[in-house]
Amino acid sequence: MHVPVLPEMAQPDLSRRRFVQGVAAAGAAFSLGVGAAVPLQSRLGPDTLRGQNFTLTYTPTEVNFTGTQRWATAINGSVPAPTLRFREGETVTLDVVNRLAEDTSIHWHGLILPSSQDGVPHISEGFTGIRPGEQFRYQFPLVQNGTYWYHSHSGFQEQMGAYGAIVIEPKAGYPFAFDREYALVLSDWSDESPEAVYATLKKMPHYYNQRERTLGDTWQQLQKDGVAGFFADRDMWNQMRMSDRDISDVTGAIYTFLLNGVPPATGWLGLFQRGETVLLRIINAAAMTLFDVCIPGLQMTVVAADGQYIEPVSVDEIRFGVAETYDVLVTPSAEQAYTIFAQAIDRSGYARGTLTPDPSWTAEVPELDPAPVLGHRDMGMAMHHAGHGAHHAGHHMQPRRRSSTATQPVGQQLTRHALPMGSGPAGFGSRARVVHASTEYGPQVDMRADAAVYQLDDPGVGLRNNGRRVLTYADLFNLYPTPDPREPEREINLHLTGNMSRYMWSINGISFADAEPLFLQLGERVRINLLNDTMMNHPIHLHGMWSDLETGDPQRIPRKHTVIVQPGAKISYLVTADAPGGWAYHCHLLYHMLGMFRHVIVR
Amino acid sequence: MNKMTILLGLILSWLSAGALAMGEADPLLSRVVIDQLEIRDAAHHRPWVLEAQGWTGYDLHKLRWKADLEWVESELEEAVVQVLYSRAADPYWDWQIGWQYQSRPRPEQHALVLGVRGLAPYWLETDAALLLGKQGRMSIQLKLEHEMMLTQRWVLIPELSTQWQRRIEPGLGSGADLALGVRLAYEIRREFAPYLGLVWQRRLTGRAQMARQAGEAVSETQWVAGVKLWF
Repeated sequence: MHVPVLPEMAQPDLSRRRFVQGVAAAGAAFSLGVGAAVPLQSRLGPDTLRGQNFTLTYTPTEVNFTGTQRWATAINGSVPAPTLRFREGETVTLDVVNRLAEDTSIHWHGLILPSSQDGVPHISEGFTGIRPGEQFRYQFPLVQNGTYWYHSHSGFQEQMGAYGAIVIEPKAGYPFAFDREYALVLSDWSDESPEAVYATLKKMPHYYNQRERTLGDTWQQLQKDGVAGFFADRDMWNQMRMSDRDISDVTGAIYTFLLNGVPPATGWLGLFQRGETVLLRIINAAAMTLFDVCIPGLQMTVVAADGQYIEPVSVDEIRFGVAETYDVLVTPSAEQAYTIFAQAIDRSGYARGTLTPDPSWTAEVPELDPAPVLGHRDMGMAMHHAGHGAHHAGHHMQPRRRSSTATQPVGQQLTRHALPMGSGPAGFGSRARVVHASTEYGPQVDMRADAAVYQLDDPGVGLRNNGRRVLTYADLFNLYPTPDPREPEREINLHLTGNMSRYMWSINGISFADAEPLFLQLGERVRINLLNDTMMNHPIHLHGMWSDLETGDPQRIPRKHTVIVQPGAKISYLVTADAPGGWAYHCHLLYHMLGMFRHVIVR
Repeated sequence: MNKMTILLGLILSWLSAGALAMGEADPLLSRVVIDQLEIRDAAHHRPWVLEAQGWTGYDLHKLRWKADLEWVESELEEAVVQVLYSRAADPYWDWQIGWQYQSRPRPEQHALVLGVRGLAPYWLETDAALLLGKQGRMSIQLKLEHEMMLTQRWVLIPELSTQWQRRIEPGLGSGADLALGVRLAYEIRREFAPYLGLVWQRRLTGRAQMARQAGEAVSETQWVAGVKLWF
């Protein structure tokens, strides 16, 4: 509903307006070892708004994350935007006021709501964006609980600061106990304009990669693998004209990684008292950065994925695809500070925070892991080369061992023998042969993975065999019985495609601009098979309906809103098409999303 | 010239019509690359050389231009420009069609250019073209370049460039030139890299014959110093 902005409604809440502390002052204080000299206020993250009625105002706001003043596309003058606390079962009313010079929108990421309230211009029913000077009233009932987030779905505003956390308190209480909680919003900030970044990527896709293969790497590999081994390995990459160092398109070269809007020089601050159990609601709200999060000295018990409860599993580290959320419980038993360490997937930088009983304490910040290097398996190639691990092509998922204990011991992961299965029953993925559509052939696609396999128990490039217990999708099982136990009626095959050297992204070789909508029959249960024909991780987000990820137990299928498809791999999930209308379906990497996008219509 | 303007206008309007259909995933962009702006230390003089190229267009369709200029003692000795329509043929290759105008050395010449440009396996930047001029003039150009990262900033760039002409002068057969170069560049930024290098040039067949008749050297080695930049 569009209404003109009335002066009294448009008043931005100036008390909440917050100018973010820059690293210049903060960094100086830190190096002097007087953490307390940094105003505490600047390390605590955004405010929390509660209730049923909210006014969210988009205003250009000055921020300073790098030592330079820049304009952010802030909501209520804050980056991240205020954390919104809702209660399950209530109906919320959110007035979004646009004081920008361009159109805007808010998408409630992961929330199940009518299409008209989903906030994607020209896709959500009847919604074409919020014009400058106008306001839009969102109103919807909350039919779920958990950790979610919200962000602009217009242009590149998400990169400019338009994101915040949503917490929906459960009506029936939590299935676990905790003493305090924090929402942690991870993001990536650049002083460069996103339009300039996108243009640079088109002109030189490896521009931001400062970890390219050099002569030194060649020399080391020659010494390790010998001349024959070296040429065998290099030949494939050289023939394909691809780089095994191509992990992130945009890196720490221009990104400052933020935790709750605080740069790593100071770091976000969270307090606890010894012996308390703390619930951390961690959200990756970055534009382009996957984060690997650990808290040295603390085990994290993962209790929810994308807002939905799972069987608790204890891990040391979690990879966050862009837009994914995990809720974890930690119980710091020592009277000491702990570092929340969120490394960018390419190890070009990190965001960090401190969990501490005393605000003046800081914990040691660990070294970044070595920069990951892609292997042949990440290209979806059959593993006929020696020395690339014991992964073999063609394996299917094995039904998981039913266990009465919630957590699996470290190392007892699913084995991956080829097991005979029915023709793809719910929970186990597809048995269909991989076929590349004819539209995947052309200048817009530079790679097709011919031996892509399910690799749910693979923590992913840069995390394999790192000595830590890393969460994988094979660990995810719904805490409750699968809500829709039906078998899928049909399968849809979508291949994530691109041409890295032209910086083009598409699905089945077809960019969004040229693509037909994807139609789902109202009420049907459908399996979507995603296959990644590129060498980058793509976090794929379906709006409006859950992605029921097939992790090997039909009784306990976990529900996600965003699913990482690893390079050269495939993954399957089931969707109950119970939400009529238009929905966006896309890669959540901001600069991939323009092409790697589909308009889904349920009718 | 009028015809050229109309042609250019047609190409540009066709390119922008594509933009409406393609949306913001594929914006209209432009890039200018100065591959070589350098001074050479030749036997008797110190020529300045500029090799530049650029494009305006979209992912798969571009309007490209190239310019090769050389000044000797402030005199423009060589001036060749090309304007090409470039269309993606496969993930790594574009085919190109267009027009070359050579104003120096005299006489002025026009030629039709049919070319391919792209990245060959083993990361070889390749630019090859067939040129067809008036009176049966025909030549073939080939340029190969490889960027070898020594460190994240030091880049070694070997380059091969050769040109073969069917008939250079009445009474003479075909002629050819070959140049091999290597440049060591330091990327102060991705967009800006000063370099030092060595270029070896050799005239072949009819070209060599002409040079000998004129009492000029058939081959020559030159030190070069310059800068690469793009925006």
